[in-house]
Amino acid sequence: MRELLIILFTMVLTENYVLVQFLGICPFLGVSKNLSSAMGMSAAVVFVMTIASAVTWPVYHLILDPLGLGYLNTIAFILIIAALVQLVEIALKKYLHPLYKALGIYLPLITTNCAVLAVTLLNIQEDYSLLESVVDGLGAGLGFMLAMVLFSGVRRTLQRAKPPKCFEGLPITLVAASLTSLSFMGFSGLVENLFN
Amino acid sequence: MLNKLRIIGNGLVNENPVLRLVLGTCPTLAISVTVSGAVGMGLAATFVLICSGMVISSLRNVIPDKVRIPCFITVIAGFVTVVMMVVEAFLPALYDSLGIYLPLIVVNCIILGRAEMFASKNPVLDSALDGLGMGLGFTAVLFLMASFREIVGAGTWFGIRLIPEGYQIGIMTMTPGGFFTFGMAMAALTAVMARRGRKLRLQAECGSCGGCAGCPGCGGAEDKEEEK
Repeated sequence: MRELLIILFTMVLTENYVLVQFLGICPFLGVSKNLSSAMGMSAAVVFVMTIASAVTWPVYHLILDPLGLGYLNTIAFILIIAALVQLVEIALKKYLHPLYKALGIYLPLITTNCAVLAVTLLNIQEDYSLLESVVDGLGAGLGFMLAMVLFSGVRRTLQRAKPPKCFEGLPITLVAASLTSLSFMGFSGLVENLFN
Repeated sequence: MLNKLRIIGNGLVNENPVLRLVLGTCPTLAISVTVSGAVGMGLAATFVLICSGMVISSLRNVIPDKVRIPCFITVIAGFVTVVMMVVEAFLPALYDSLGIYLPLIVVNCIILGRAEMFASKNPVLDSALDGLGMGLGFTAVLFLMASFREIVGAGTWFGIRLIPEGYQIGIMTMTPGGFFTFGMAMAALTAVMARRGRKLRLQAECGSCGGCAGCPGCGGAEDKEEEK
């Protein structure tokens, strides 16, 4: 239990995918303009990351690794994620329509979100067990959500700011992201001290 | 001949994938810590761009339109695996420094974006040249950003010490420094272009990646809206 909590908190705070590890920057910059789309996108990411972690683990450990095909994991995982996203979309559409309405447009965009592929590959690299992988995926997703929600607030304030002409648009957003990620550096060492 | 050169130059300047099309932000930010890593990453991506561009362009009449994105991704993932194995075997130090970002070339928007925008519509040779131009443009920006970050942040360049120990701004090698450098580079380019009387049109309005169909905001989202 303690290990799982450590993984969860590490992924959300100290090893935050977006603000510390530079993964999933495209959606972070693209979909963080307002709170509702930021929430929708990150909820879809949490969902897909958790399921993808749970599915890729058995595929690697029960199929690819015993057959000596471990080097195919990149190809296999990206196809699994693409197929999974489609499946989740169909399933949600049929059985959980309200949820589909909320997440629908964001789901197909997730396939090329590098954070999802990264979490599945890192699970294998770190040699996590199935349960640890799922918690890792969940934590990575929640960390993504935290970053998105925080940053959508920052961007709302940014819209009222008047930066120099050449900074308008993306450059000033990147500088703001820099300051946001600076604040996340304050979390370093927190998890170790919390659980030891 | 001039025409072919123009395709290469296009990727280097006019449609620079990183600063103009705002594609492939994740590796740009993460890998531009050391110059050697940046060059390695740039060349790996260039190789994948050229090869996948050629294969996709030669298959452009065979691949059905509806499943083109999965087909592109599979081709790209194949070449990325090749690169990974070669780098792991011959350049283990580079393999370690690139880490997770090497397999993540698969989902690099530059490659899928060029497959979608260029290779799927143009002949093989042009696609290879486009891949070369885009790859060199990507490498050049990575090289410049990494030079700045490594010199200021670590006081070294390609591992050669330029600034004595104790006078570095360590934060530049960390995450905030990456965002900051990227923002500054983009602002500088905008300022230069404005002075030369050209208006810089960042295609980031939609979703910070110019039209790669799978990416947030742009192609993917629009397709989805239409379906509704």
